[in-house]
Amino acid sequence: MDYKVIDGLKYTRQHEWARQENGTAVVGLSDYAQHKLGEIVFVELPDVGAEVEAGKSAAVIESVKAVADLYAPLDGKVTEVNEALLDQPEVINQDPYGEGWVFKVEIKDASQLEALMDKPAYEEFIIKEEEEE
Amino acid sequence: MRKAKALLFEMGRPGRQGYSLPSNDVPEKSLEELLPKKMLRQEPLELPELSEVEVIRHYTELSTRNFGVDTGFYPLGSCTMKYNPKVNEDVAALPGFALMHPCQPEETVQGALELYYNMEQHLKELTGMDRFTMQPSAGAHGELTGLMVIQAYHRNRGDHDRNKVLIPVTAHGTNPATVTMAGYEVIQIPADERGNVDLEALKEVVDETTSALMLTNPSTLGLFEEEIVEMAKVVHDAGALLYYDGANLNAIMGYARPGDMGFDVVHLNIHKTLSTPHGGGGPGSGPVGVKERLIPYLPVPLVDKKEDRFYFDYDLPDSIGKVQSFYGNFGVVVKAYNYVCMMGGAGLKQVSTDAVLNSNYLASLLQKTYFIPYDRIRKHEFVVSAKPEKKKGAGAGDIAKALLDRGFHPPTVYFPLIVDEALMTEPNDTESKETLDDYARAMEEIARDIEEDAEKVAAGPYHTVGGRLDEVRAARSPVLRWQKE
Repeated sequence: MDYKVIDGLKYTRQHEWARQENGTAVVGLSDYAQHKLGEIVFVELPDVGAEVEAGKSAAVIESVKAVADLYAPLDGKVTEVNEALLDQPEVINQDPYGEGWVFKVEIKDASQLEALMDKPAYEEFIIKEEEEE
Repeated sequence: MRKAKALLFEMGRPGRQGYSLPSNDVPEKSLEELLPKKMLRQEPLELPELSEVEVIRHYTELSTRNFGVDTGFYPLGSCTMKYNPKVNEDVAALPGFALMHPCQPEETVQGALELYYNMEQHLKELTGMDRFTMQPSAGAHGELTGLMVIQAYHRNRGDHDRNKVLIPVTAHGTNPATVTMAGYEVIQIPADERGNVDLEALKEVVDETTSALMLTNPSTLGLFEEEIVEMAKVVHDAGALLYYDGANLNAIMGYARPGDMGFDVVHLNIHKTLSTPHGGGGPGSGPVGVKERLIPYLPVPLVDKKEDRFYFDYDLPDSIGKVQSFYGNFGVVVKAYNYVCMMGGAGLKQVSTDAVLNSNYLASLLQKTYFIPYDRIRKHEFVVSAKPEKKKGAGAGDIAKALLDRGFHPPTVYFPLIVDEALMTEPNDTESKETLDDYARAMEEIARDIEEDAEKVAAGPYHTVGGRLDEVRAARSPVLRWQKE
């Protein structure tokens, strides 16, 4: 596997990750996604307090190659956003699973999180996606 | 090749000047007497001080750095960078056109109105639509106008719940932006394994909240939507409308018409399809055509004819209003009109024949070295995937830079998003076999270079004015103007 996939996180088919943390889910972009996008130059964050909906666009990531939506992995209210990304969007490239987190959302329905892919399933998903192209 | 030069501000020397005025023969009055004090500059304006020849050399040198259709092959996919005949310019520069004022009374601009009227008849024939407005300034503006017309149509029928527009992944890049701008939600439709819109997926999402399907046909993959008639039926059965993005009309002129396929609204990029300069070379023009039932919503005024007199028709109570001050980019319409008259129907059909032939010929050459997904007969463009090259260390962007080194404008890179490491290539109808052969040879060379030393290719270009520009820094902290130290 050329891309880092971390144990203990949940992954979406649109290549977001979510990590449970005291009743909220921290959301970010997977290492695979940041590789595909290339160098990220701009991030548009949701408003704190905004309601996001699973599968709907919650943030916008712009790289030198493309502009991509970041889809919310689950429903809920945004409790915090990573404002450091506004000045240093490249942190997503450097540390997608750590300092490069994008926003936190209150967990309404934990089963939504449970339904996402775990590490082995996501790894398999990436391999399949790579083959298809 | 010449490297970047100093700016005029850096070249200037105090006291040097490029002009000398004759001596003043009227009594002099000071500025303080003529202008209120608050409007007077406190410090002298700092302009560079240069001689005339320095200024001329500077700008002439800069002008030689332009790359355009007139200097070389420009296969920028979906942009239709074909040659624009110079006679278009001559005609648009005729004093009767060029010196007209938009506020002149109707009876003094009968010729201009006749040209709009005639152009509308030609566009109707070309597309199978019932009426056109010439107001929109370019393609994306046409898209917005078209969606506003669709919105007005639904609203006028009391149909207020249609808040979604469907867009295939292979659509022209501006479509999602237009949809958002018009206040709609974008719903993306995937492609099937042949590169067509996935009909089953379309059937699943289309419903009573769908306002329209926006389609580019042929798509940005250069593929004709094989199921278009069935798609139109699915969309219409749900009460939604079909929008045609005319970006790629140059592939099917004289062969197929969006109006016959079931489209309700089209916009044309006449600055592309009908050969007027565009990009850095001039403004665009994006006429919008509609079927009968949508005519009442078109922008005012339309140009009409009563007996022998042409006039502006403002009598459309349900119109979405004006979308542009005055009447559109008239000069561009003059050029396109000239092109249409010059080519004639058979000529325009030949344009599409040649565009498609050139595209398939070039694709067949490149296929020997590169991977081109969706192995079908293509229309006017095709998309190479440089994914195998990327794995070796140099991707689509690097191939584009290597093309610059060889004197070619690169294809559109990284679009459409459905193809990884995309190089969307549109050779156009105006290129010779020799040019296409040269380009294919350059691409083969680049593939060989990647095989031998991908790292070197990834660090290019080597022979351009600026070398490899730092795109990340340019995007993150752009320097937009010179500032005094």
